[in-house]
Amino acid sequence: MKRWILIALLAVVVAGTAFWGYQEHQEKNAILIQAENNYQRAFHNLAYHVDLLHDEIGTALAMNSDKRLSPQMVEIWRLTSEASSDVSQLPLALLPFNKTEEFLSQIGDFTYRTAVRNLDDSPLTDKETDTLQQLYKQSAEIEQELRKVQHIALEENLRWMDVQLALASDDDQGDNTVIDGLKTVEKTVKGFSETNVESSIIGTSAENHQYNYLKGSKEISENEALRISKDILKVKDPSKIKLSETGDGADVPLYTATYVSDDRRGYMDITKQGGNPITLLKSRPVGEKKISLNEGMENATKYIKQLGFKNMVLFQSSQYDNIGAFTYLYSQDGVRVYSDAIEVKVALDNGEILGLTAQNYMKNHRERSIPKPEISNSEAKEMVNPNVDIQEEFLAIIDNDLGEEILAYEFLGVYGDDTYRIFINALNGREEKVEKLGGSEINYAMN
Amino acid sequence: MIYKRTSLLIIIMFTLFVVFGASNDSKTVHAFSSQVIQQGAVGDDVIELQARLQYIGFYNGKIDGVFGWGTYWALRNFQYEFGMEIDGLAGQTTKDKLVQVTNYDKAYVKKQIESGNKFTHYGGVDKNKQSSPPKSNNQSGAKQQPSNNNQASNSNQQGQATGGGPNVTAVNVPQGFSQNDIQLMANAVYGEARGEPYEGQVAVAAVILNRLESPTFPNTVSGVIFEPRAFTAVADGQIWLTPNETARKAVLDAINGWDPTGNAQYYFNPDTATSAWIWSRPQIKQIGKHIFCK
Repeated sequence: MKRWILIALLAVVVAGTAFWGYQEHQEKNAILIQAENNYQRAFHNLAYHVDLLHDEIGTALAMNSDKRLSPQMVEIWRLTSEASSDVSQLPLALLPFNKTEEFLSQIGDFTYRTAVRNLDDSPLTDKETDTLQQLYKQSAEIEQELRKVQHIALEENLRWMDVQLALASDDDQGDNTVIDGLKTVEKTVKGFSETNVESSIIGTSAENHQYNYLKGSKEISENEALRISKDILKVKDPSKIKLSETGDGADVPLYTATYVSDDRRGYMDITKQGGNPITLLKSRPVGEKKISLNEGMENATKYIKQLGFKNMVLFQSSQYDNIGAFTYLYSQDGVRVYSDAIEVKVALDNGEILGLTAQNYMKNHRERSIPKPEISNSEAKEMVNPNVDIQEEFLAIIDNDLGEEILAYEFLGVYGDDTYRIFINALNGREEKVEKLGGSEINYAMN
Repeated sequence: MIYKRTSLLIIIMFTLFVVFGASNDSKTVHAFSSQVIQQGAVGDDVIELQARLQYIGFYNGKIDGVFGWGTYWALRNFQYEFGMEIDGLAGQTTKDKLVQVTNYDKAYVKKQIESGNKFTHYGGVDKNKQSSPPKSNNQSGAKQQPSNNNQASNSNQQGQATGGGPNVTAVNVPQGFSQNDIQLMANAVYGEARGEPYEGQVAVAAVILNRLESPTFPNTVSGVIFEPRAFTAVADGQIWLTPNETARKAVLDAINGWDPTGNAQYYFNPDTATSAWIWSRPQIKQIGKHIFCK
């Protein structure tokens, strides 16, 4: 009897220990993942800030007006400090990464000095412009190297915890890709630079006209919504469509229609007021590319015309694998309105429309009373940095920093190897926005 | 009978041979395909366009197969110099003119691209002087190894990047985002919503982007994703699962402007949500298993 009690007791103890051990193990894993995530965040932030730094310096180079240059320098300065704080969070204590940090602080010093100076009285000297150019080039190199490391890290699911271990034990440092990549970054660093560019300016919508100008005053019924979605989704049997409504949090009340058949799915949002289509998304496997981007564009243009969008002009087109993405802007008497944008997605295997989003258009669109420009085209051109070789020009309505719509001359120009989009206020000649245009990068998955 | 069949087979094979042979021939004889090439396009036609524009000195950038701004200006300048309509589109007239005034050494260009060389394609210059082996591989011996591994194990992923094809060396990326940003978001979307319908995945990506624009959240993709306690997939490590193509496509759609959530900043799964606070947010709509809210 005693023996059995003892065995039972032991069994309980063993089970208890096992449970405790398992819990400890779980906890340890949870903490490891958290620490890992912090490292990951710091690293990806670093890569991102260096990306931005590069773009911002590029933008600063193309700027002419000193009123914009000062804030730009401050922006670059801010980015350098963020990037160095990212570096400092990485487990690199054992790796010499100080050159990179030095580089960052050099840019920081340079931009700070120029930012606090009154640039109206003492504009950038030629030498300083040269320095800036130098920084621009060097930041490009760091950006590239960091992106390579980032790509490898993402591709192979590398863990910073492993980096730390590898750094701690000298033995197998040789084949740790992250360390090697970072060493290359360090080697590349000789000067200084970084930049910060806002993403695309399309559809920046002034908050004061959120869906205030929707077409049609009548609220549509469920049946009407069903009929509209049946037509647009091109479903024969309306009973296959599921309809739902939005809740209290929605900016504008919507009907949502979905349908599924085999490997195809359809999804669309329609405004209750007036039955305007806002989002359309179809998904299906897309086959090999058979038609050109240009044919895809023709389909897209025809399609938005059919839906009743008038005076839309193509703003940009891009091919992603076998899908074409097109952005259209509303054009009122030849003035491109950036906030009234529509995007269309076309499958390049058979030209089918796979998606449409008219959120920006629906939020903002209305007929505007456009003022006459108060400065002439050539006066506006004089406001642009003389080093920028202007190639194309438009009149446009954009949102300024305060979110107000303004009329501006839009110049597309080339400086060095980069293309810039520059907006000059057509009423007072202020340099409103300078944007460096990207749009493609090296395919790291290939090299 | 057997004789008949064999002869039939031979006839079929012969026709096939002729057809394929002919189509091969036509490729080498005619320059360009019949398609109009416009900005944003990717592929062999673009490589040829860039090489031909470089041949007569209009294009000084890299021959990478992506019709970007550099190619656009080169083409417009070409059209201007040759008195054509300046539209930045390579239509039939433009292509004919290009073929007439330039040469395109397809074999040379293809070979350079395949071996990853740095190269140019200027007319009247010795080709040997125009190409040099890839620099980066020589710089660091350690880097060579992983990149070789990549090629072997991910050759089927090449086409899956955000654009391009087997022959081009660059890809289109949306303004303001890098391939790595897209990859990181795809990881998050896959970890969070891989069982969701396609629009549900676009929706999760859209929430990440909405947070990016919101002043109350971090301003970087990684900042938003790795914010402590923001996403369960990050907290439990599911973000490191390898995302599929659908997740990547969903991310691209979201970046290109699709937002099925109606500007939501939060979402939760009503079956598993433990926080009472999340139920107090004004709800916008439900997509798949997730409820999206302001």
